[in-house]
Amino acid sequence: MSTSADFLLESSVSDFSAEYEPRIIGFLCNWCSYAGADRAGASQTTYPPNVSIIKIMCTGRIDPQFILKAFASGADGVIILACPPGDCHYKEGNLRAAQRHSLLARVLEQMGIERERCRFDYVSAGDGNKYAQVITDMVDTVRHLGPLSLSN
Amino acid sequence: MSDKPKLAMYWAASCGGCEVSLLNLHEKLLEVEASFDFVFCPCLIDTKKSDIEAMPDKSIAITLFNGAIRTEENAEMAHLLRKKSQILIAFGSCASEGCVPGLANLYSKQAILKTVYLDNPTIDNPGNTVPVTSCDVPEGTLTLPAFFDRVQTLSQVTDVDYTIPGCPPESHQVWAVVVSVVNGTKLPQLGSVIGAGCLSVCDECPRVKEDKKITSFHRTWEIIPEPEKCLLEQGLICMGIATRDGCGAPCPQANMPCSGCYGPPEGVSDQGAKMVSALGSILDIGDSKGRSDEEIAARLESLLDAIPDYIGTFYMYSLPGSIIGGRVNK
Repeated sequence: MSTSADFLLESSVSDFSAEYEPRIIGFLCNWCSYAGADRAGASQTTYPPNVSIIKIMCTGRIDPQFILKAFASGADGVIILACPPGDCHYKEGNLRAAQRHSLLARVLEQMGIERERCRFDYVSAGDGNKYAQVITDMVDTVRHLGPLSLSN
Repeated sequence: MSDKPKLAMYWAASCGGCEVSLLNLHEKLLEVEASFDFVFCPCLIDTKKSDIEAMPDKSIAITLFNGAIRTEENAEMAHLLRKKSQILIAFGSCASEGCVPGLANLYSKQAILKTVYLDNPTIDNPGNTVPVTSCDVPEGTLTLPAFFDRVQTLSQVTDVDYTIPGCPPESHQVWAVVVSVVNGTKLPQLGSVIGAGCLSVCDECPRVKEDKKITSFHRTWEIIPEPEKCLLEQGLICMGIATRDGCGAPCPQANMPCSGCYGPPEGVSDQGAKMVSALGSILDIGDSKGRSDEEIAARLESLLDAIPDYIGTFYMYSLPGSIIGGRVNK
């Protein structure tokens, strides 16, 4: 695989600090959730800096391999933020992502990776507050779960 | 010994099906014998490990290594045969992806030994004897090879030149490889998968495929599938969509969904993830517009509840070779 999303994945997962800070990879779609993150920033809403964002055109583009690779490369959590139902720029990419996420969460659970470590949610372009709340919530959840250690 | 090129075949953690697949060449096996000196195969011939050790390095032209790496002995033989062979081929699903023995990676070594030697209902083990690597008896010290924490693929313990997938590899594909080697055809780039295609099983499956929408899943005994329609479209989890072709799609042609034994197609590193991806695209929970997040989630969950074992279904043959490789924090 040599997609640009892959390249970003390699570079965004690095360096553990001595004190535990969760490292979370966020896949955000170009149209709603990334704009939501921008809105949160523009309105100076405070939220934890633990999420490394990878912007993609649509959450429907997320290959479950990206998520597994993020975990295998040292991520403690992965968050996927999509357009709200019915608002997908490509009609139903967000629904595809939701379906893949539900199935993948069950696979991850069987692999011993808590389903809370891989969260899917909807954030609209104007909703900076929801973005900040979802990120804060995710970081708290993963901090509580602790580091994910993959034995291989 | 003749001056024919030497051929070896070895089994590590495997069932013997790969040897049967070679024997399924039937009378063509005589032609293999005419072209190669078959020097080592514990299943079929009586040469020993010491005979291999006595051979000069790189003196075996081709070794077909089947079976996963479960014990120290498996790893030792993998290293020995690597040293003695010019071409080491991971033969079959166990050696290439870990296969069914690899599903043990969902459990810890302790849990496996406990189940097998202590807990199974058929066990009669009053002394609670569990195998250990070294044991002192009046006659001296007895040793056993160590049982590793995880099942590994052949390429995870040594360099592999080529991979022939399948559980077991189809005999016509084994024959095609033998013919190309005997004819001196230039072998593909090192590391390639040989004796298989590059696309998915669907490409070889004659069933009629239309727009896929799955409204419910079925187990194989719950329905009698229509003979010509795509099995996945009928709600049977057919792994063909995420599995390499080359087998000729015998299972779907016999009304059984593909279980994925030829491993991931070219360019895919995680077969299970690709199946998750494919299924995620074709689940049909009805129109989502105007429905609440919770309602969409609940519809999905009830649809997915019908799949009994996610890893056993999506990773039956490929868990050790997959991105995560097994259960974490066992």
